Amino acid sequence: MAEKMELNEVEVWDGNMAASQALRQAQIDVVAAYPITPSTPVVQNYGSFLANGYIDGEFVMVESEHAAMSGCVGAAAAGGRVATATSSQGFALMAEVLYQASGMRLPIVLVVVNRALAAPLNVNGDHSDMYMGRDSGWIQLDAFNAQEAYDLTLMAFKIGEDPEIRLPVMSHQDGFITSHTAENVRPLSDDEAYEFIGEYPMVNAMLDLAKPVTYGVQTEEDWHFEHKARQHHDLMTKVFGKVDEVFDAFEKKTGRKYNIVEKYDMDDAEVAIVALGTTVDTAKYVADNLRKTKGIKAGVVAPRLFRPWPHEQMMEALSGVKAVACLDRSSPNGAFGMLFNEVSATMYQSDNHPVITNYIYGLGGRDFTVEHAEEIYSELVANAEAGKPTTPLQQFIGLRGPKLSFY
Amino acid sequence: MSEIKKIKNLKEFSTSADRFEGANLLCPGCAHSIIVREILNATHDPLILGSATGCLEVCTAVYPYTSWDNSWIHIGFENASTAVAGAEAMYKARKRKGKLPASCEGKTPKFVAFGGDGATYDIGFQWISGCFERGHDMMYVCLDNEVYANTGGQRSSSTPIGASTVTTPAGRVSYGEKMMKKDIVGIMAAHGAPYVAQVAPNKWKDMVKKIQKGFQTEGPVFINAMSACTTEWKFAPDDTIAISDLATDSLVFPLYEIENGTKLTITYRPKNKVPVRDYLGAQGRFKHLFKPQYEYLIDEWQKMVDERWEYLQRREEASV
Repeated sequence: MAEKMELNEVEVWDGNMAASQALRQAQIDVVAAYPITPSTPVVQNYGSFLANGYIDGEFVMVESEHAAMSGCVGAAAAGGRVATATSSQGFALMAEVLYQASGMRLPIVLVVVNRALAAPLNVNGDHSDMYMGRDSGWIQLDAFNAQEAYDLTLMAFKIGEDPEIRLPVMSHQDGFITSHTAENVRPLSDDEAYEFIGEYPMVNAMLDLAKPVTYGVQTEEDWHFEHKARQHHDLMTKVFGKVDEVFDAFEKKTGRKYNIVEKYDMDDAEVAIVALGTTVDTAKYVADNLRKTKGIKAGVVAPRLFRPWPHEQMMEALSGVKAVACLDRSSPNGAFGMLFNEVSATMYQSDNHPVITNYIYGLGGRDFTVEHAEEIYSELVANAEAGKPTTPLQQFIGLRGPKLSFY
Repeated sequence: MSEIKKIKNLKEFSTSADRFEGANLLCPGCAHSIIVREILNATHDPLILGSATGCLEVCTAVYPYTSWDNSWIHIGFENASTAVAGAEAMYKARKRKGKLPASCEGKTPKFVAFGGDGATYDIGFQWISGCFERGHDMMYVCLDNEVYANTGGQRSSSTPIGASTVTTPAGRVSYGEKMMKKDIVGIMAAHGAPYVAQVAPNKWKDMVKKIQKGFQTEGPVFINAMSACTTEWKFAPDDTIAISDLATDSLVFPLYEIENGTKLTITYRPKNKVPVRDYLGAQGRFKHLFKPQYEYLIDEWQKMVDERWEYLQRREEASV
């Protein structure tokens, strides 16, 4: 039996430690992992917990990320709690198996410390990997800082393992900016955390010898469509309610309130930034300042749940806004950014048609500064006043050299 | 430790409880189903199974049906080994925590992964190597039919020299596959695995003995099973066992085992050694070798097989 760890009311943890502490408290049965920067410390910390008796599960140090997720799928199908962590190229190498995990409805938790995808090789944070996972059938939760990385990783187990959901969950955080920055984090005690998550509800376990199960069948055209449609239906109809339920239960326990779509200063906002990750806190800081110093009615909208896409919540959050900037931290490689596409599609269905523009920023870990946010808000104010875009629909912000913009 | 199933004769063996249904979609005459049934029939132990993408997988679990009367998983082409290793890790974790399902009470499941030569020699090699290096308590069985049969007969690194395949076809200026078959058994033994063996379905007693030995072994076990392929080797479906006999009696496919990476034991010595020519001549994939311009290859083949046999005997003698 694993020893309990005495934790302070406030710990100084970086995002990686926060995530690995959540994994430790979940008392996972199997972790199969392969290290990659910047998520390496997640599994490294886990190894140290194991070496010191704080974990009694199996820690399988495999030879690649593809094998890490393959081992997780086999372990989860066998019946038990499973998690791993990765970033960037490792995520890309896992990609094939991510679809297998969700297709077999196995509740695996994957801590993704977001990082750019090569080439050029880059170890720093952007959202290329998060966006790459968007159609893999996983639930995607996004943390904006270390506290949230801890909280959301804990909640990921409770959401994914629910017998009604049975889907894998990614808990995202920004590479280096969150993963390697020490912050104050308020953890739950081991007992509280374990009690919150609960025992693993064993469903269709390969290890139940009395009831053999078959995983990973072939379906072809006569059944494949039904299976995928059913899974999509469950994602679109069951996950939002479950996430709300888990967020509520967590608030009751900790006082920390999470929403499927977070809104800051949005009650009367006329202009809004939509963003993910650490950029949300920067945008929030600037929005507050602009309200105080210039009287600009600025707000921030941030999807906490990126998949399934919170269409209704996003529409509601942007219902009264005149101009919206969607900030994408990933090279769109020949299209508008992912957030821009999602938000545009959602707001097209709304009675309110705000002016929506797309900013590409922060690729490969490039800083997103207060000045960048101020510049975006000032363009949004102009868009709101004009009732149409006053700038190109897509712009690159924070880029050296000549300004790049399109449309 | 599990009890060893006593098997007296083939009649009894062939009528023992089936864990793998005959009603599957494998080709008539496919050795895969014979081998799988022999392996599953060799033990009473509960089994947790996995398959790589390949003939066996696509023919035995087509929704809503399954041929497997045990828990079974398929993920991808390359990772059957790691999927089963993951399940094995889960078993160990839950056992240590005292959290196994009640049905595991008093039973010790065995973990087995199946893959074809494509999944084993080629695309899945890294995963198998990883599993063996980490010492998972599992058996990996390669159903070696020396070709990518599931995708229609492309060469693999198990395809022997001179075989005509769809990607290495014999023609006016080519005798077919140019490369030598990879020595997978030697490579797996080099991992230091506690037990590695080569088996063939026609020598069922030898196979059962090795499988039982494998199940009694703690740690990773590798079995290379010769699986004659009626479709790609091009012989009549009712000749599977006859072709297998030619393979083992010509020593093209010698039967032996290696313990702890070193101790090699030959387990079958044919009383009447058959010329390699007979083995090659019985299969359409080698038909072109009997044309005058390629006939020299038949002698090369014989020389190669003789040298290999000599090597195995020396290894056995040296016992190192």
